[in-house]
Amino acid sequence: MATTASLFKRHKGLQGGWHYGPSSNGSTASLFKGDEHSNGYNISQSDLAMKSSSGRILPLFLLPNNSTAALQSYQPPMTSIPRLPAASVTTSCRPIFISGEVERYLLPGVDLESDGSDRPTLLLPFQSSLLVLTSHRLVFIDEASASAREIALSAIIHAFPLKKSMSIRSMFASPRVRLQVSISNDGTISEKGTKSSVVTLVMRGKNTDPDVFYGKFMEVLRSREWELTASAANQGSTGLEGSSSSGSGVNDLRITMPVVGVSGILRKEQETWESTDKSLQDAFQDLNALMSKAKEMVQLAEKMRQKLLTTGSNSQGSSNDEEMGSKQDMQDWLLSVGIASPVTKETAGALYHQQLSRQLADFVKMPLEKAGGMITLVDVYCLFNRARGTELISPEDLLQACALWEKFDVPVLMRKFDSGVKVIQNKSHSDDEVFARISSLAQKPDALRKGISPSDAAFTLGIAPALAKEHLLSAESRGLLCRDVSAEGLRFYINLFNEIDSANIYTIKSHGLLNAWQLATTVSV
Amino acid sequence: MQKLGEFKLPPFFNYPPYFTLQPVRETREKQVQLWKDLILDFCRNQKIFIISLEEDFPLFSNSAIERSLSHEAKVVFLSALVTDGRAEWMDKGHKKCLILWMRIQDWADYILRFVRENGLEDGVMTVEDIRSGFETRGTELAGIDRGVLMRALKLLEQKGKAVIFKGNSADDEGVKFSA
Repeated sequence: MATTASLFKRHKGLQGGWHYGPSSNGSTASLFKGDEHSNGYNISQSDLAMKSSSGRILPLFLLPNNSTAALQSYQPPMTSIPRLPAASVTTSCRPIFISGEVERYLLPGVDLESDGSDRPTLLLPFQSSLLVLTSHRLVFIDEASASAREIALSAIIHAFPLKKSMSIRSMFASPRVRLQVSISNDGTISEKGTKSSVVTLVMRGKNTDPDVFYGKFMEVLRSREWELTASAANQGSTGLEGSSSSGSGVNDLRITMPVVGVSGILRKEQETWESTDKSLQDAFQDLNALMSKAKEMVQLAEKMRQKLLTTGSNSQGSSNDEEMGSKQDMQDWLLSVGIASPVTKETAGALYHQQLSRQLADFVKMPLEKAGGMITLVDVYCLFNRARGTELISPEDLLQACALWEKFDVPVLMRKFDSGVKVIQNKSHSDDEVFARISSLAQKPDALRKGISPSDAAFTLGIAPALAKEHLLSAESRGLLCRDVSAEGLRFYINLFNEIDSANIYTIKSHGLLNAWQLATTVSV
Repeated sequence: MQKLGEFKLPPFFNYPPYFTLQPVRETREKQVQLWKDLILDFCRNQKIFIISLEEDFPLFSNSAIERSLSHEAKVVFLSALVTDGRAEWMDKGHKKCLILWMRIQDWADYILRFVRENGLEDGVMTVEDIRSGFETRGTELAGIDRGVLMRALKLLEQKGKAVIFKGNSADDEGVKFSA
């Protein structure tokens, strides 16, 4: 295997006597002649190239270690096609994120090809996928088959710069980004592989800007957020005690004093408070920084909640109601801070409404269950925006997102009642089932005597009063109930008109609804 | 069983929705039908010929369940009777309604039958006699509304069964029946 030194010398036409080693600042490799202080050549990536026997220019790669003889030359192409592990998606074809993973960009119409031979082969079992760039992975989603594949960013050794050639052929060709990825022994693209291969992202989507994508891609690769998650998991720290990467620089400079006795504890408290304060300040200075600090903020909120819990249980009980109120608020707030990676116009561009629509479909599942299968659009608007945090959506966006559901196969739908109230409900929700419940409720003795008000129905059915009223009105229009307007307001009774025989108004059949009603009403008098 | 005077009220009179105008078409039709029949039955029983919407009509409220018909509801039910030919609005403002629990034609037949059964042909009776006289006591004619009676008599006159003429005094008219 050729070494850097010999390759470089051959490339640059240098004569012998040179040797290879790390440069003085340790960040690049250099060739030296004689001792270290004489002239040397700094070797950068672009310097290293090799001409293969077929005449193609093959790049050589400096591995991050830069240690002597850590150079790995380009491997001959794999005879088998590299495989991508499958990625999991939700029922609305949105990727399922791991903890700490944030979506950064969306690109439609992407194909993935291997670069092995002169004829490229497809690496994905589907064409024209939706590429989701996250802080941790590249996810390729095929909406038609509701399946996806992924490449972990940690498996990417190198991303080639975009070619900017001016040939006519390149103007009409789809933009391409080539990546070197590491491959394990069984051919799967994974981080701990021993071999490598080059794959090409082909951007066939219309109106896509390859430079914007490439810029975001490089940014994400540089920030290496997957390592943060890994180290946080390893250490089990909360990230606020001074071990997060952004705060570590500051804490390294802090003079550490011995932590002894009460003063030590107090000092530790003080330090914790100061670091929290600084963290808060950093977070709020820049909204982008806030996005990346979102996870820290949630953890901070969790700590506060824990504190609330402990102080609540310690108190004498006099202010218990207030504590419970704020505890409940905190818990609700924490529950609602559920979306760490919102779909924004920035990340999704032209796909904004589509992806928003899908994210909404995923989000709305839990509130729907809590609310009993149906929830008003106004409530969804509040909940969804609260969960998104800073990237709020407008009411029009919400309406459009709901309207798009007709086009996809999602398990929810939007429905408009005659009175104009719009709700979101599960596709599996059955009106008839609700009517059956209302009908049996209306035939209970109390309801026969006094009827049902919307709040009674809401209480018994376990749904919001506005929705209960809608259901009662629907039941009325179906002929199940009749309305009664009086000083007490609007109430509904089971429809007895159908039971009354016009020819025989004074007689009541035994065992009928009319009989049951009469029994219930005469007893009370 | 509840009563309103001598009149027996049906059980559904205590059903609160009966007193609220129903918005759903099918339910409304049924409700209207029941009210039409009830109004006619009640008026026949109580010999009521005119319902004034500006006054309280005992049938239109039920104090036991604390419900009464709204003005709109009353108009709807009475208008339905008018459409059926069993009632007539007496004014343009729809404030007074004449209830024909017996149609004018039926009244005419009834009068003729009464005259025949009592052998009153070729005799002369005053209109007032017919309304409150001795002969008609106990019959439906007792207490009949004057306007209704006149129309029935006029109908008979058209058919040649009676002749109406002005009496001696300026007050009353007389009728002579022929067989």
